Amino acid sequence: MQQQKIPELVCPAGSLPALKAAIDSGADTVYIGYKNDTNARNFAGLNFDRKAMMEGINYAHARGKHVLMAINTFPQPGREADWHAAVDGAADLGVDAVILADIGLLDYASRRHPDLRLHLSVQGSATSYEAVNFAQREFGIRRAVLPRVLTLAQVEQVIKNTSIEIEVFGFGSLCVMNEGRCWLSSYATGESPNTVGACSPAKYVKWEKAPGQMSTRLNGILIDRYGDNEAAGYPTLCKGRFEVNGATYYALEEPTSLNVLEILPEIVKIGASAIKVEGRQRSPAYVTQVTRTLRAALDELARDFDHFKVKPAWQTELGKVSEGVQATLGAYNRPWR
Amino acid sequence: MSESLSPSLLVTNFSIPSFRLPALVSRIGRRLPQWPHAVALTAALNAATRMKVLPADSLELLEGRTFLIEVLDTGGVACFAYRGGYFRPLFSAPDAPDLAFRANLSAFLQLAVRQEDPDTLFFNRALSIEGDTELGLIVKNMLDAIEWPALGPFIRGGRSY
Repeated sequence: MQQQKIPELVCPAGSLPALKAAIDSGADTVYIGYKNDTNARNFAGLNFDRKAMMEGINYAHARGKHVLMAINTFPQPGREADWHAAVDGAADLGVDAVILADIGLLDYASRRHPDLRLHLSVQGSATSYEAVNFAQREFGIRRAVLPRVLTLAQVEQVIKNTSIEIEVFGFGSLCVMNEGRCWLSSYATGESPNTVGACSPAKYVKWEKAPGQMSTRLNGILIDRYGDNEAAGYPTLCKGRFEVNGATYYALEEPTSLNVLEILPEIVKIGASAIKVEGRQRSPAYVTQVTRTLRAALDELARDFDHFKVKPAWQTELGKVSEGVQATLGAYNRPWR
Repeated sequence: MSESLSPSLLVTNFSIPSFRLPALVSRIGRRLPQWPHAVALTAALNAATRMKVLPADSLELLEGRTFLIEVLDTGGVACFAYRGGYFRPLFSAPDAPDLAFRANLSAFLQLAVRQEDPDTLFFNRALSIEGDTELGLIVKNMLDAIEWPALGPFIRGGRSY
């Protein structure tokens, strides 16, 4: 039997109960963020204050698990100190690594905290081994999270040509995947993940019920309308239905989630070091369901790699929690490329 | 099976199914007085506030806002407001509550025991949220962040493999 190194399972937590749920359900690592715009899930009431961070880190470390701090937005002009403080705070708390996107912030962290482990965020948009190796050479990053635009063969190409760890997405809501470069939300609201840490901030979102249908508006702009039995998605521009040449359809992206269960053996085989689950905005119930499913799949791979088979129960569980109640292999599977 | 799964998850087999009560129930339910729901709910919320289970910074954001919770298949409606540090029942439904959650009983139960997440129920159209979306997010995240005391294996939803 072939022996493969099983990747680390990296799971999201937007609250302390979610962090504990991830650890209890089999996550190797949990990633969290501050209650401010230094991270890309800056939603009202979500995320960790200092006390919750300390408790979460203790909970994880006591069980031999790791905590990463996402400081993955871009410092805004005149407010660089807020992002520096976030990095300093994470180092003080003793997180196992910080996840950064901005080159200036990577520079700051590498100089100020030479012992702090740095991961390049997916928001850093490094899609080639040249970009990844640049960040390693300049800032000493130890891991890069690849954007979800690459095919499996392209991911393999990056892994073969770098000595740092590569983390890939395994499950979670998909967007147009222009990570770190998407300004779509700004067109409708003037705010985007890069500027305020949230795509389609909730204060601009309205769901209007009428008999037989529900309309979604973003800052007053109608972006989708659902029949009563149609599955719904997040209220983002990229997942709106638009009229193009007389036909109305999901012109940019369907509401859907990425799900790599089918190609998990290939991801392991090409040498991915970690598999990431999206969803810090979601509840402990989601974190439990997705973590235990991927844990079961990875354990199955560790047990008998050559006879791995996706269990229908896993797909059912992941399908249910998927956005738009549908899932895809996304860019991993583009045989025509 | 992972060694790191907690014992409580390993023995859990209990889960709340998705169901819908017969239409007769809601036809009767709608004719019953609605205020007892609001009184019971606000009493529970105030008890949680006193126990400091609900985070103070989030509670502040609810000040002066009105809420409506409707259980579609029982015909039950609860309206309440948060004012001056207390949840207070409203004895008549506001024309336009700041936030309205509507779902069948099974969905509310699944939410209550953290068996399903609200986004999942929303994608599946089993939960409707109307009104001030940001307020909805504050409430959802506030409830998610609550550290309930350990309830034992039978209350935690879900199954293991």
